Amino acid sequence: MRISLGAVSRPLESLKNKTGSWAVKIPKINEDKCLGCGECRMVCPDGCIELVDVEGRKVAKVDYDYCKGCGICSDVCPANAIEMVEKVIE
Amino acid sequence: MRKVVRGFYAVAHAVKLCRPNIICAYPITPQTEIVENLAEMYANGELENCKYITAESEFDAASILVGASATGARTFTATSSQGLILMSEVLFNAAGMRLPIVIVCANRALSAPLSIWNDLQDSMALRDAGIIQIYVEDNQEAHEMIPQAYKIAESVMFPTMVCIDGFKLTHAYEPVDLLDQEFVDNFLPPYNPPIKLSIDNPLTFGSYAPPHCYMEFRYRMHKDLVKAKETIEKVFKEWAEIRRDWGGLIEYKEGKTVLVAMGSLVGTIKEVAEENGLGYLKIRTYRPFPAEEVREALKDCENVIVFDRAVSFGYEGILTIDIRNALYGEAPDVYSFIVGLGGRDVPKSLIEKCVSKVINKEIKPGYSFEGLKEFEEVLY
Repeated sequence: MRISLGAVSRPLESLKNKTGSWAVKIPKINEDKCLGCGECRMVCPDGCIELVDVEGRKVAKVDYDYCKGCGICSDVCPANAIEMVEKVIE
Repeated sequence: MRKVVRGFYAVAHAVKLCRPNIICAYPITPQTEIVENLAEMYANGELENCKYITAESEFDAASILVGASATGARTFTATSSQGLILMSEVLFNAAGMRLPIVIVCANRALSAPLSIWNDLQDSMALRDAGIIQIYVEDNQEAHEMIPQAYKIAESVMFPTMVCIDGFKLTHAYEPVDLLDQEFVDNFLPPYNPPIKLSIDNPLTFGSYAPPHCYMEFRYRMHKDLVKAKETIEKVFKEWAEIRRDWGGLIEYKEGKTVLVAMGSLVGTIKEVAEENGLGYLKIRTYRPFPAEEVREALKDCENVIVFDRAVSFGYEGILTIDIRNALYGEAPDVYSFIVGLGGRDVPKSLIEKCVSKVINKEIKPGYSFEGLKEFEEVLY
């Protein structure tokens, strides 16, 4: 292991810390209901949601490596397309 | 050049000679006049390559210096009491980020009840922060400690706090033999850290450390701070050769009974020790704690009498805890007297009274508050 003086690190090194392991519940997106409005992406405190193309329309997608399961996306979704579900650890 | 100056000026003049790049502070009694002096020097154009930033709180001042220090600037701040405690969240970070900020703490009691007067509770409350703490006895030592503090801080990469008794030193006029620029320039090289934060070189200082690596960072910090004792001793020795010998991590005169103190109270205990044929021990470097030196000095004496001016509430005098721990397994009886809280005067007669209680075996080893008045407890 490398230990830097003052815990100094270069840009993007923090990506190694997969903080998604903290989550207890995670958002599950119902792609049929999703309007692709991007509201959830706007409010995600960890920048874990992006809009991707699925069969010619925009749909929200969660990066579970860093999603801590706060549930704000589920609260704000105007289409009720995001359900918080128990995380299954395999 | 010998001049009669106040403690404030003795500190400010020394800071100026160290060529700081960023000075940032928030006013608080009894520190204010230190940075007022520096602000005046700054306004008069006496500080080259320096920026004096006024902050909206001590929390801000410390935060500004963290950023400045990370870019490779030589930094200075001064504070007291509530101000230091408000800085504490930032200072624990500065220690972990290994930023060599030099802080002068003009020691003052903590609230409540509100007191602007002197004791050591403020700086001693920060003893576990990872900050080097040096306590000085008079304004000459305060003056000469500033360049040494910079050299130590920048060699070992830890924030370094010079603790000066509020009022007793800061406000006192004393003749001080002031250093000159050439002397300080020869002693203190420009600060050039291996890592510098800049727009071209973005870095995170003190980044997130999950359980799998946090402990290693803290272990390294502890190991480096313990090892810093060697550097501190080396800097003190260098200073002794070119200027004046103030002693090492401790200053010690042997005796069957030894009086122990820090800061300006050392002047008083030295006089009592001399008049009564006793020994004394002055703690100069409180963190890192000179445990081996203390043990070596005190292990063969009969009585150790510690004068504490800060309390670990619910236990006892803070310095006593450290001294007794250093002496664990050794023979001396340790007596502790908590004196001088919130500016209560500690005259020679009070020290002598404590000493006579010990020597005449009127009390058992342990601790007590001395110089208390009789009081009655009421609702309001």
